[in-house]
Amino acid sequence: MSSDPLALGLAGSGAAKHKARRANRKARVGRPGWVTYAILGFVLVLSAYPLYYSFLLGSSDATTIARTPVPSLIPQGNFGTNVARVISADIHFWKAVANSAIIAVITSLSVVFFSTLAGYSFSKLRFRGRAPLLVFVVATMAVPTQLSIVPMFIVMSKLGWTGKLEAVIVPGMVTAFGVFWMTQYLETALPFELVEAARVDGCSMIRTFWHVALPAARPAAAMLGLFTFIGSWTAFFWPFIVLGSSNPSLPVAIQLLQASYFKDYSLILAGVTIAALPLIVVFMFAGRQLVAGVMAGAVKG
Amino acid sequence: MSVTISLPPKGAAPDAPDPKRIAFRQKLGRWDVQLSPYLYISPFFILFAVVGLFPLAYTFWVSVHQWNLIGGQGKFLGLDNYTYVIGQPQFWTGLRNTFSIFLLSGVTQTLTALLLAAVLDQNIRAKTFWRMGVLLPYVVAPVAVGVIFSKMFADQSGLINALLDKVGLGPIAWHAEVIPSHIAIATMVNFRWTGYITLIFLAAMQAIPREVYEAALLDGASRARQFFSVTVPMLRPTIIFVVITNTIGGLQIFDEPRVFDQTGQGGSDRQWMTITMYIYELGWGPQKNFGRAAAVSWLLFLIIIAVGILNFLITKRIASDGPKQPKVVAASTAASTPTSASAASTPADAVTSATASAPRARRGAGSASEGAPS
Repeated sequence: MSSDPLALGLAGSGAAKHKARRANRKARVGRPGWVTYAILGFVLVLSAYPLYYSFLLGSSDATTIARTPVPSLIPQGNFGTNVARVISADIHFWKAVANSAIIAVITSLSVVFFSTLAGYSFSKLRFRGRAPLLVFVVATMAVPTQLSIVPMFIVMSKLGWTGKLEAVIVPGMVTAFGVFWMTQYLETALPFELVEAARVDGCSMIRTFWHVALPAARPAAAMLGLFTFIGSWTAFFWPFIVLGSSNPSLPVAIQLLQASYFKDYSLILAGVTIAALPLIVVFMFAGRQLVAGVMAGAVKG
Repeated sequence: MSVTISLPPKGAAPDAPDPKRIAFRQKLGRWDVQLSPYLYISPFFILFAVVGLFPLAYTFWVSVHQWNLIGGQGKFLGLDNYTYVIGQPQFWTGLRNTFSIFLLSGVTQTLTALLLAAVLDQNIRAKTFWRMGVLLPYVVAPVAVGVIFSKMFADQSGLINALLDKVGLGPIAWHAEVIPSHIAIATMVNFRWTGYITLIFLAAMQAIPREVYEAALLDGASRARQFFSVTVPMLRPTIIFVVITNTIGGLQIFDEPRVFDQTGQGGSDRQWMTITMYIYELGWGPQKNFGRAAAVSWLLFLIIIAVGILNFLITKRIASDGPKQPKVVAASTAASTPTSASAASTPADAVTSATASAPRARRGAGSASEGAPS
């Protein structure tokens, strides 16, 4: 809009111009110049190049890599062969893929379910101690749980879970961030009237949750699931310690690959590339949602 | 379980029901209402007690005992494990490396993210595309990033050294030397997290009312002045939040330095061995000594708390300094961050206030930007 007819009629052209500028205000003095795009383009290259570099080296071979430290931007034809070598390497590749998928799927579903349940309770139900308990949940986010590996490992060996997926899945089944995230979302997205209506119609508490809260939570739940999935797919430290090399997750397998084939980076980086590929595909389709999720207050995990 | 009952449909009881049954149902219904809220939040609290609180206390218990991976609990040692690890030069090397990497990554990351967010906070074309562009590295596992960058930063025939050579600079021993190895590892961390933090800052920037910038513009403030006098002060809760989460995460860094070379020892002179790597080495390395590993864990825990508080105080001071702002700014700062006005006294409070106020403010930003096609 270039000028506002109402403002023009009421207060003259100056006011109309001012109003138009106000409307443009979000634009902050119109469109930015080429410098902005140059900076953004540079950042984009920095973001994408290391991944492409990994693919370039993964499609090369050891001698070429040693000879040309700056790889040609056109990939060579060895990617398939290298991937085949990764699969047949002594790192339990398919087991690692399956393990990572199982861990990520179960953890995401579980985090979404329990966080939504708790978020519903914190945002829509009245009970004694609600506010301090919520503060407590948020405060636990500041506890560096990674430092508890020694006792966690002792507990897991007592349970006989070392080397088993339970050891990775169970500790991550519900997170403080998830609870806080769903509480925040349901606070505004789920009207009290809806909950009350369900109660008046005779729904029990859990049915109210199932038929009213869960559908209302769907957008935030999907985002939480996505972030949890990424988090568990990329996690290394705890799986590395508790799973070990015989039953690895994908990041653990990558580390094994690097440790055993360090002389041949074409092999290692082919492995890295295919391990990163699933999430890059997810990013292609859900990148928009991820951006929205981070901007809506997702917290570094 | 009482939660599964459902009340009979209304008006579907023509014959008078047994009064005892009604009483029982009412009781069940009351329990349902009273207990369900606690039941629903209990999974989190149970899990946190088991994998958060209990291990923290148990870590201390382990740390005052002779305790091995194979043999299990041995005799009570008092503080011997602590005095042992404090006497080890490796502990101090680890501490130095951890702090050096943390500072190198944390500071550059926060500053770069602030500037990049300001660039993205303009009326650019294809907004979502550029935002996705900065977020891309986030989906790559730290281990994968570490392996890729360890090759790029290779001392011989590495990409970075080849590029340095092209511009006429000598090669740098990225692995062999202390500070270069820290820079390389900090670069990995920055690669993965800068975009993420940029988007957090961007969301907070978009929540700043545009009238504030208008007022600043009318007062003749330049773009740079607007950034330092309006944007940065108004981002205070978000900056504090980012710095604190950065501290908690950054001081525990493990994945990237672990794969910076194939042995995972942190270099021949332990030049990039971090404290968490040292914990791993004590507990799962040749010593297999859980008591000492636990002692270092507890020391790191105390250090993280201390640095967290220190960071909180510093950030608070830096972000609240700066030139006097016009009244409008001051008023809307107070309005948009009600919790920060009441001067949160602990880091936990700061996290609460930052997380609590940021998403609230961001929701407005979200709906505002949804209106504009991107």
